[in-house]
Amino acid sequence: MTVESTAARTPRRASSGGKRTSASAKSAGASAKKSASAKKPAKDAGAGAQPELVQLLTPEGERVESPEYDKYVADVTPEDLRVLYRDMVMTRRFDAEAVTLQRQGELGLWPSLLGQEAAQVGSGRATREDDYVFPTYREHGVAWCRGVDPTLLLGMFRGVNNGGWDPNSNNFHLYTIVIGSQTLHATGYAMGIAKDGADSAVVAYLGDGATSQGDVAEAFTFAAVYNSPVVFFCQNNQWAISEPTEKQSRVPLYQRAQGYGFPGVRVDGNDVLACLAVSKWALERARTGEGPSLVEAFTYRMGAHTTSDDPSRYRRDEEREAWEAKDPIKRLRAYLEAEGHADEAFFAELDAESETLGKRVREVVRSMPDPEPMSIFENIYADGHALVDEERAEFAAYQASFADAPADAATGGEVK
Amino acid sequence: MAVKKLPVAKAINESLRTALEADPKVVVMGEDVGKLGGVFRVTDGLQKDFGDDRVIDTPLAESGIIGTAIGLALRGYRPVAEIQFDGFVFPAYDQIVTQLAKMYARSLGKIKVPVVIRIPYGGGIGAVEHHSESPEALFAHVAGLKVVSPSNSSDAYWMLQQAIQSDDPVIFFEPKRRYWEKGEVNTDAIPDPLHKASVAREGTDATLVAYGPMVRTCLEAAAAAAEEGKSLEVVDLRSISPIDFDTVQASAEKTGRLIVVHEAPVFFGAGAEIAARITERSFYHLEAPVLRVGGFHSPYPPARVEEDYLPGLDRVLDAVDRSLAY
Ligand SMILES: Cc1ncc(C[n+]2csc(CCOP(=O)(O)OP(=O)(O)O)c2C)c(N)n1
Repeated sequence: MTVESTAARTPRRASSGGKRTSASAKSAGASAKKSASAKKPAKDAGAGAQPELVQLLTPEGERVESPEYDKYVADVTPEDLRVLYRDMVMTRRFDAEAVTLQRQGELGLWPSLLGQEAAQVGSGRATREDDYVFPTYREHGVAWCRGVDPTLLLGMFRGVNNGGWDPNSNNFHLYTIVIGSQTLHATGYAMGIAKDGADSAVVAYLGDGATSQGDVAEAFTFAAVYNSPVVFFCQNNQWAISEPTEKQSRVPLYQRAQGYGFPGVRVDGNDVLACLAVSKWALERARTGEGPSLVEAFTYRMGAHTTSDDPSRYRRDEEREAWEAKDPIKRLRAYLEAEGHADEAFFAELDAESETLGKRVREVVRSMPDPEPMSIFENIYADGHALVDEERAEFAAYQASFADAPADAATGGEVK
Repeated sequence: MAVKKLPVAKAINESLRTALEADPKVVVMGEDVGKLGGVFRVTDGLQKDFGDDRVIDTPLAESGIIGTAIGLALRGYRPVAEIQFDGFVFPAYDQIVTQLAKMYARSLGKIKVPVVIRIPYGGGIGAVEHHSESPEALFAHVAGLKVVSPSNSSDAYWMLQQAIQSDDPVIFFEPKRRYWEKGEVNTDAIPDPLHKASVAREGTDATLVAYGPMVRTCLEAAAAAAEEGKSLEVVDLRSISPIDFDTVQASAEKTGRLIVVHEAPVFFGAGAEIAARITERSFYHLEAPVLRVGGFHSPYPPARVEEDYLPGLDRVLDAVDRSLAY
């Protein structure tokens, strides 16, 4: 305890590279072609004057310069770009498989990330192994980048558990369904990092709707007051179920940060390179003791909110079509092809690999067993609880009362 | 006589429509209640007909929804706020418990806060975490709040009208797994008072008392028991705060046996209160201790084991057997 509080006052080391290098590793593979469209206004932000949008790849896949952010991707090699591309393709394939599995009744529900691959992969790849991520319930692409086996994400949506993975294995916290709660956990975790004098950072994911929650306002306050190493990564996918972002805020979301005293940036959320660069900027700030920041990834949820939702009730098809032209995967592919960074064989191999993933996911999900009824009484208290013991025993006896068949009797009347 | 056959969700919709038509001060508010018509379509079509001034899509902020509903009520409105799912009421719990429940008392009765909070609650729909909870005891424990839960279409229709007309804050728990079950609604009837329990089935051997989603389960259990020659009475509590103990007591004394059934965890639940009161009132009339059937002292489990967690026919009948064995 005393050691920790002493450590809290020690300035944290400047970024010195983590245990793992992210997608961006070595020399620059990306040649900047056009001039600063980083300052180019977004065409399709909310109403009124359009705020600035950091962009490094146009929807057509052309590289544009950004005096501010180019340096964060200066070391991105063609190989790194292929990794980013693969991440997005594999994540999309995984997501599509999950949607199908839900339709087939194998999953109770699925929140699709379709359209948000660049925001998730760009930010996910910007993190270091020792960083910690606090997701919502849609961060399948971030989980992928953190090395979480994607099949683990499916358990809670199949209804076999309420979480399903060890958060400390990959520094990837459990999915949080209650909107906004995790932003406070992330901030607290970041406060702990600061107390420890470590140079790790935290990323808290949230949606545009979540910015309305009191918890998020409080997280912003704490993060600012304690200058915590946390990046609030808001995927503004334009909708909170049926409510457009305008039903949550009158100002562009990234501008909210200003009132709390830390910087906010809006990035083209369909541009993986820009998301990588801006996330690296924010993480570097966090690591070097400059405190929190808010990144608003301006993107679009291409599918329904979840498989239970019917978006045709509240939005027009044309809107989706307009965003299709900005597809994050097509955009990077165009760039890779134009630069000669990837050939047909690469794309063909990736197709095959993603099919293999789809097949594996299908098989794993179908063979996931239902939990034993007695599991209801597991893991409720770390130190045990007399009432739980009593209820467990009563329920076991009750279950056993049904096991009157001879086969069951032979196994000691064990319940299924 | 205007009798319609409506599913519970539609009965609530009609009830809201009637209330919006009858009183310009009634406003419906919540997440997705407008254009989408709510995630369960309970508010379907209301915004189209009454405008976004009366049927308000709010920001995604439960504390905000209830806190502003309080303010609207102070200004003379009658807000009917929706919390999308049971597990999401807690960001608003502070406003409900520390403010809404206490304002009438603190103002020495000078101000009224007629806020209705509609909450779809309970399990049985195969949902993920936070979408299947039964937190009614947490609200019933708070003085200043009234807590009710209809079990069928007619009560859904009438009890919501009455809740909206009430000058007290009412937490209106909707049994979401019964939303699609149809029942008759007589819109010309004279309904029972909001806090009166009703005898849903008469019997002589034991009494089952339940509310909301478990009433149907108890009626099914009573039907099954009848085939075995046991006659069970079923009392639909309807109101959890206050509780109509007179009706429960009369039934318990008639049959001599009482079993309380609810989905919520038994420990510190509504059943504990009923068992204690009826024991005090009817000690010498009881043939057996009051038994309770409900959820366990565990987090609501994942969907694939919820059928083991939720009281079903077997667990109810098992309790009946235990009661009859005394
Ligand atoms: C506190 C709380 N209220 C309501 C909900 C129900 N709900 C689940 S997702 C959602 C919309 C979230 O929108 P946003 O924050 O923009 O994230 P997105 O789903 O678009 O990624 C709502 C209202 C919830 N999960 N938690």
